[in-house]
Amino acid sequence: MNNIWGFTISSARVIDYDKNDRSFAQYMTDTVPSSQLCIGCGGCTATCTAGALTDFNIRKLQMLVKRGENREAGEQMHKCMLCGKCLLVCPRGVDTRRMIFAMLKYIDNQKL
Amino acid sequence: MYYDPFVLPFMIGLNILCIYLVVTYVRWIRSFSRADRHTILKNMISIKTLRACKEIFLESLVHHKIYRTSPFLGYMHMCFGLGWFLLIVVGKIESLVYHTSLFNPPYFAIFFRFFHPANEAFPHSNVFAFLMDLILLMILSGLALAWFKRLYSRLLGMKRTTRHRPFDRLILTVLWLIFPVRFLAESFTSGSRGGGSFLTHSAGEFFASFLPVESLSYPMWWVYSSVLGIFFLLLPFSRYMHIPTEMVYIFLKNWGVKQGRKFTAISKFQLYACSRCGICIDQCQLGSSLGLTTTQPVYFLKKIRHHEDYSQEIDNCLMCGRCENACPVDLHLNLLRLSQRKDYTHITKNTYTYIPAPRIPKARVAYFAGCMGHLTPGVIRAMRQLFEKAGIEYTFIDEQNGICCGRPMMLSGNYNAASIVVERNRTAILNSGAEILVTSCPICYTTFKENYHLNLKIMHHTEYIAQLISQGLLHPHASELRTVFHNPCELGRGNGICESPMQVLQAVSRPVPTKYDGKKSLCCGGSLANLHITPTQRSRLSEDALNAYLSYHPDVLVTACPLCKKTFAKNHHTVPIKDIAEIVAENC
Repeated sequence: MNNIWGFTISSARVIDYDKNDRSFAQYMTDTVPSSQLCIGCGGCTATCTAGALTDFNIRKLQMLVKRGENREAGEQMHKCMLCGKCLLVCPRGVDTRRMIFAMLKYIDNQKL
Repeated sequence: MYYDPFVLPFMIGLNILCIYLVVTYVRWIRSFSRADRHTILKNMISIKTLRACKEIFLESLVHHKIYRTSPFLGYMHMCFGLGWFLLIVVGKIESLVYHTSLFNPPYFAIFFRFFHPANEAFPHSNVFAFLMDLILLMILSGLALAWFKRLYSRLLGMKRTTRHRPFDRLILTVLWLIFPVRFLAESFTSGSRGGGSFLTHSAGEFFASFLPVESLSYPMWWVYSSVLGIFFLLLPFSRYMHIPTEMVYIFLKNWGVKQGRKFTAISKFQLYACSRCGICIDQCQLGSSLGLTTTQPVYFLKKIRHHEDYSQEIDNCLMCGRCENACPVDLHLNLLRLSQRKDYTHITKNTYTYIPAPRIPKARVAYFAGCMGHLTPGVIRAMRQLFEKAGIEYTFIDEQNGICCGRPMMLSGNYNAASIVVERNRTAILNSGAEILVTSCPICYTTFKENYHLNLKIMHHTEYIAQLISQGLLHPHASELRTVFHNPCELGRGNGICESPMQVLQAVSRPVPTKYDGKKSLCCGGSLANLHITPTQRSRLSEDALNAYLSYHPDVLVTACPLCKKTFAKNHHTVPIKDIAEIVAENC
């Protein structure tokens, strides 16, 4: 069956919402409610100082946290330089910078 | 020997206070770092000590900085500070002239009218009596203003006053009692035995007409001594600890002890030197625009001192420096706030290895736009144009692959992470071989000056443009535009650059003076230092600031910070908001 039609099922890409720990996502929603306003336009990522040099991606980071993929999020997190440009370009008024701070603090507490 | 048991409350209070203060200050000073102690010892016997004495006279006694807020408020504080000081000094001199021994007990001068039989004249006794009455009258007039301030603070230049703890209100009552009680005690004594001058003598005669002053005067001296004693005993645990602490702090400050990024012994001195006068409250835009009333420095320091929860206040500050600029005690309020922010990032040397080593062409002038500069391409375009017009060869440090200067990280307390970014940028700047580093961003400018330890001239583009114009390399023509200048916090208050922007604006436009000029400018609300308020709150703050500037009806609002420009422009589209470089480029 494999690859006859040019499709495969890769187990690594299956995200099991039931198993994943959603406490990080919950914490973020609680501390920065505006994070729910995100429409995923990617403006933050387009302007990002760190994002211009590496694969650091705020939009993706948000997604990872919301899905409960905390370890991956933790690995990415520290690349941010906190310059705050994302905050100025966000059309939805998401407090992106505070979101990053909240994540950093959570990671610091959880030792992710 | 002059003695009466009623002096005991005063003497007990005074002695306990002195012992407490000496022990506390010695303990704090012992916790200074070795370097700080060395600095103190080195500067102790120098002109700096005299300078400190002058400052103590001007600050702690005359309160000259409060006169900037309001002359009435300044006078009120001066009455208490200078008035009480003169009462003690002139009283002491009077007692010396009378008694001629330098070592008369301290209570002798304080209760002189009690011990001195009025009919016994001594050299200049009338002059002294007159002076003492005059000083007492001055203090009482200050007291009347203080009462009035409680009722209607606006007339004394304050929209809001500090909310005090019940304990502080208690000691305030005691303080307010001291001088009227002294007045009564002296008047009653004068009424029964004579003496005093225009104030106490006349009051004494008046009271004697309907009161048994003979039997009232002695208890009144007991009351006077007791309120003094109680005041001294309560003082260390109240806000009045600022009276002695401010003086020690002024000495330490003049001897060169600096507030660093950590909360150290000098921070402790500052914590206790805050008089909670509340002048910072009206300055804070978080209060005036957003109605937040617990985050102003006076409350922040109060919470630290009394061990209340202040975790939210740590983050909730724009660090615009308006409070610091107005503070009559000269406290480093921003650094104190910053000293409470903790480093919680897990950064290693490898975290930022993704930043490529830049290849920078060499030139005499290096230009650094900064992150925010890149967010406002108009500013960069204008700068390029000006460099070309002036025929300056320059190298653009962060044209490609530019990174943050590190200040946003420092402002959030994450110095470790910042140090790595700083090192990267520093290498790039040094590799360019530049002699002058020009930056468009006041935030970067501050960091370059304070944290980069660069051995080259660092200039903000306003300074640089002003220099180019004065050197005759740029020839802008004056336009008819009415401009209002918003001086960015980091540029004006942070680095004291107020002249150059005005020179530049005068060359290209007709600047309108505002009450927010120079160091009195408002924060645009974009501050990266505030880690607490929401974007909606930011917008409201920014709108209020913008409206304040636009009330002068300029054709263009000019600023010199890309972040300020972006923040203002985000919510506003009718009056153009431009960077000073853009205005110059348009008129060149």
